[in-house]
Amino acid sequence: MQKTAEQIEQDLLWPLFHSSGKYWVAVAVATSLLLAGVAAFGYQLYSGIGVWGINSPVFWAFDITNFVFWIGISHAGTLISAILRLTNATWRRPVTRCAEAITVFSVLIGAIIPLCHIGRPWLAFWMIPYPNQRHIWPNFRSPLAWDFFAISTYLTGSTTFLYLPTIPDFAAVRDASGGLRKKIYSVLALGWQGTQRQWQRLEIAMHIMAIVIIPVAVSVHTIVSWDFAMTLVPMWHSSIFGPYFVAGAIFSGIAALILAMALLRKLLHLEEYLEPIHFENLGKLLLTMSLLWFYFTFAERLTAWYGNSPPEMAVFWESIRKQYAPLFWIMVFCNFIIPVPILAIKRLRTITGTAIASATVVVGMWLERFLIVVPSLEHKFLPYSWGTYRPTWVEDTLMASSFGFMLLLYLLFSKIVPMISIWELKVGLQPHFRVRTAAKVDRKHHGLAMPGPLPTDVTE
Amino acid sequence: MKALYALYAEPEAAQRALDALRAASSQLKFDPRQIVVISGEPHEGYEFTDEHATGIPYRWAVLGAVVGGLSGYLLTTLSQKSYPIHTGGMSLTPAWTNGIIVYEMIMLGAILTTLVVLLIGAGLPNFKGVIADPEVGKGKILVGVVDPPESSQPELARRLQGAGAWQVKRSVTTQP
Repeated sequence: MQKTAEQIEQDLLWPLFHSSGKYWVAVAVATSLLLAGVAAFGYQLYSGIGVWGINSPVFWAFDITNFVFWIGISHAGTLISAILRLTNATWRRPVTRCAEAITVFSVLIGAIIPLCHIGRPWLAFWMIPYPNQRHIWPNFRSPLAWDFFAISTYLTGSTTFLYLPTIPDFAAVRDASGGLRKKIYSVLALGWQGTQRQWQRLEIAMHIMAIVIIPVAVSVHTIVSWDFAMTLVPMWHSSIFGPYFVAGAIFSGIAALILAMALLRKLLHLEEYLEPIHFENLGKLLLTMSLLWFYFTFAERLTAWYGNSPPEMAVFWESIRKQYAPLFWIMVFCNFIIPVPILAIKRLRTITGTAIASATVVVGMWLERFLIVVPSLEHKFLPYSWGTYRPTWVEDTLMASSFGFMLLLYLLFSKIVPMISIWELKVGLQPHFRVRTAAKVDRKHHGLAMPGPLPTDVTE
Repeated sequence: MKALYALYAEPEAAQRALDALRAASSQLKFDPRQIVVISGEPHEGYEFTDEHATGIPYRWAVLGAVVGGLSGYLLTTLSQKSYPIHTGGMSLTPAWTNGIIVYEMIMLGAILTTLVVLLIGAGLPNFKGVIADPEVGKGKILVGVVDPPESSQPELARRLQGAGAWQVKRSVTTQP
């Protein structure tokens, strides 16, 4: 049975005013992970960056892996949401906000990781590339400087893209609450009324944002890939890295979105809104990206193998047959062999099935980032500088805490903002556009309704 | 701020009410700009919404993109020329790499301009007070006149009712 506008509003505002026990358990787990990470980071600040396992020549390891992983996860949201908005896919409505929130939080976490790596985060502003009097050359040729511009643009765009369609829902919460909460939401809603001019302007702004954010999202992960591809390191200096990273980012992003939706569905009792069809559609997208990921991985490895360049082959065999072979084959299983059958067989493409496939993809994509970074740095062109890398407990803890931080941000956000856009769902209740257009034409032909008698039920 | 308004269950009725109010504005001595139409979601395909359609934000976004791109160009080229270093014969201001910064700044310019144009165009933030009715959240459309002349209120109410109002109200909720 189709819900009314009133029911939709009640159902979607309910999680903001009520919390289940499961929700608080999830918050406690996420907070514990975050606090463990804060403690590890405090220890690192006190002792120095030497408590990490990084060394010469492996200067980048878990930190850049996490950075690339979280920036990749961010592609779930804004990119998918923008594409679905522009194509006017009606099934997107319950999905978009879940997706856009993932983007903002994962970009934020991704942006924090370099701060941990620099060892002296209080000097982080030295990294900002602008002309200055510290005699620090703003090197606009460096992919790390491009990163700064790309990620800050993406974070600004994603936050705007998340906030704009939330304004009417903030107003809905404002109108449904009282006391301090009402005051806070009045500020967040910016005095939104819902006049027709406001709706028109909001829809135009969302349209422009959707157009702009797609090339930004593609550029961000391309530029992240250029952090590697612009250097002369075996298996990195490759023109395929841009699209390979973008495809991988969308792949991991969709998986994260499915997991987040499955979690919210249970914790916030959104079973009637996040329906099996949404998981099935996203499952199909995940299947497509899994096939695309395999194609890219095969093409990248085949090119290296066919060239048979000794430095590249050293990295190639290290990851396929030697030290990193277990991780490599777990990655292939997680990203391709497990998810493809689950997602290709309709009977298995259920909520549970897509969630399992997504969980394996998240693991597999983290391993993929690790396998891009570490084996290549361990085996550069000059064999005398070869080295090994083992992560320490500090790096393990920071990695785990980034997941806890993401979970915590997401859970807290779900208490502040309706996780499904109320007004967009209400639009879905409206009759088809053609019916309304016909009514408009009919009204024009028949003129105005005659004024009726003086009303007797005017209420004060 | 006071208002006399009616709530409509159907957009067609809201459109009729709007047309009736506009037709009566000179007779009932109020400015058509005092008419408000408020809803809990956007409606497409009706005159009361389509009349606000405009291409201006798109043009501003393009202008913002141009300004952003120009800023990126100036930031990179002026910085590189201010701090000349030996580049081994390579260009001091390489177009390929500067182009990446310019590209991102183009996008940032468009995003920020879109945000500003939305806020200005939609009259946000507005903390002076808003007309709100709980029924709007339940799917009703509010059509009314802000600060209507006292003498014309009975006739206004009659016309709002005549358009098929679900309810006519004189009360106003003002938010902080």
